Amino acid sequence: MARIVADCLSVDFPLYHGSSRSLKKTVFAAAAGRLGEDGNHRTVVQALRDISFSLRSGDRLGLIGTNGAGKTTLLRTLAGIYEPVAGRVTVDGSLNALLDTQLGMNPELTGRENILLRGLYNGLTRVQIRQLEEDVAAFAELGEFLELPVRFYSSGMLVRLGFALATAINPQVLLMDEWFMAGDARFLSKAMARLENVVRGAEILVLSSHQNQAITQWCTRAIWLDHGRIMADGKVAEVMSAYMDRAEAA
Amino acid sequence: MDQSPDRAIPLLPSARMDISADMSATHRLRQAVADVVDGAVLWRLGLTLGWLDVKLRYRGSILGPFWLTISTAVWIASVGALYSVLFHQKISPYMPFLALSLVLWTAMSGLVGDACNTFLQSEATIRSMRMPYFVHAVRVVVRTVIGLAHNVPVVLVVFALFHKWPGVGALWCLPAFALWTVDAVAACIALGTLCARFRDIPPIVGSIMQIAFFITPIMWQPEQLGPHGWWLKLNPFNALLDVVRVPLLGAPVSLHTWMAALLYSGVFCLMTSLLFVRVRGRLAFWM
Repeated sequence: MARIVADCLSVDFPLYHGSSRSLKKTVFAAAAGRLGEDGNHRTVVQALRDISFSLRSGDRLGLIGTNGAGKTTLLRTLAGIYEPVAGRVTVDGSLNALLDTQLGMNPELTGRENILLRGLYNGLTRVQIRQLEEDVAAFAELGEFLELPVRFYSSGMLVRLGFALATAINPQVLLMDEWFMAGDARFLSKAMARLENVVRGAEILVLSSHQNQAITQWCTRAIWLDHGRIMADGKVAEVMSAYMDRAEAA
Repeated sequence: MDQSPDRAIPLLPSARMDISADMSATHRLRQAVADVVDGAVLWRLGLTLGWLDVKLRYRGSILGPFWLTISTAVWIASVGALYSVLFHQKISPYMPFLALSLVLWTAMSGLVGDACNTFLQSEATIRSMRMPYFVHAVRVVVRTVIGLAHNVPVVLVVFALFHKWPGVGALWCLPAFALWTVDAVAACIALGTLCARFRDIPPIVGSIMQIAFFITPIMWQPEQLGPHGWWLKLNPFNALLDVVRVPLLGAPVSLHTWMAALLYSGVFCLMTSLLFVRVRGRLAFWM
């Protein structure tokens, strides 16, 4: 039984290395009034504020919002990468987060070595790692490129490898960023079949996307994020129309 | 290539993650301990990462890491020949001392330098998946141990040339190496964290290690200081070197030396633990 509970989550980004004034200005503009100070008077960007929701097995949540609304930060927080400054997040069940194409791959290592590392990270046995290798190599159509450093791959091969690797192991909770919807048409149709498999296997899906179509297609519930806060939470159609109204008004 | 829907997909074992912004000491301590335990469970990953780092560094080179062996050998031969004359040392006791000291120091100072990048070099990984920070520390230590292993033959050859045989007492170096390993992991965590937060630290560390190289008995022997050597006790590098070096040179290590090494290590590990418990949750934001 998988479960996600987010309780009054807040995440701040400290700006330690933004020492140059121009960078600071850029961030000011981008953060649009979301700069604050923490207890030690350091400048922080308030990336998420008071996020609360809970998901049970069978829930398919879509996150919508403009660039910089906090969608990816929320996914990273649910994945346990960023720890909140206030609130609490509990995830019951194994978790896989598909956040970026590189997915922590080392470009200097060969495809095979990257697959090995992912297998070890997930605690797979030697035999399971061999299976993982075969599965990923077959899907990504890498051929002999499997023995070459990943930095020699074309961008298409890279996406295929990252995608194959990320979808080769079934988690109970799947967190997915929108890049998974990108890609050339031929790959996309092939990828969709595989992704559907994983999504169907997962008990909980959290998908962040710009594309309303993806959310409508995959999700049963939607949360609209704006400036790090929840603007609306409910059925996909309702949240989506509220979001679209706002977009048109603006 | 068609994917049958019922392909054998390994299912990840169920897990539970509970992260809260609870700032209490017990909560932070529990999270830090969990990091170390989870990292230790993933030892195969740490080992492989370290091994791949070495492989990568020498990919495409014919001799590979044996370049380390060669450059150490050349270094020891030339420095040994020069300094035995400069210091009016008999070459036969001096050379084994110098070879062993230089090899041990290379590993120690190499680790300290490498430790600064423990977390910064894994930035991409840290930002894309939750992985115990302990794994990154293990990775750096493994890398250093492999480097040290490639220099061992040089020491063996020098010992054979000068008929130096330390005897069974040399086994005392084993607990000393165990202590080194613990300190090395702590150094990676401490320096890795500090350097992620304050980018000025690596050059400071570099110059400290350079000074340490000259004030620690590596090129010169402690006996040469005579009665002026009392301040050597204040040098933690000296105590740590001696617990490994003295038994390998065939002499018994004094209880005093061991106490000093344990005391310095204990204080260092304690301080590192406090630091790690305090900042672990913020580390990802510093990348």
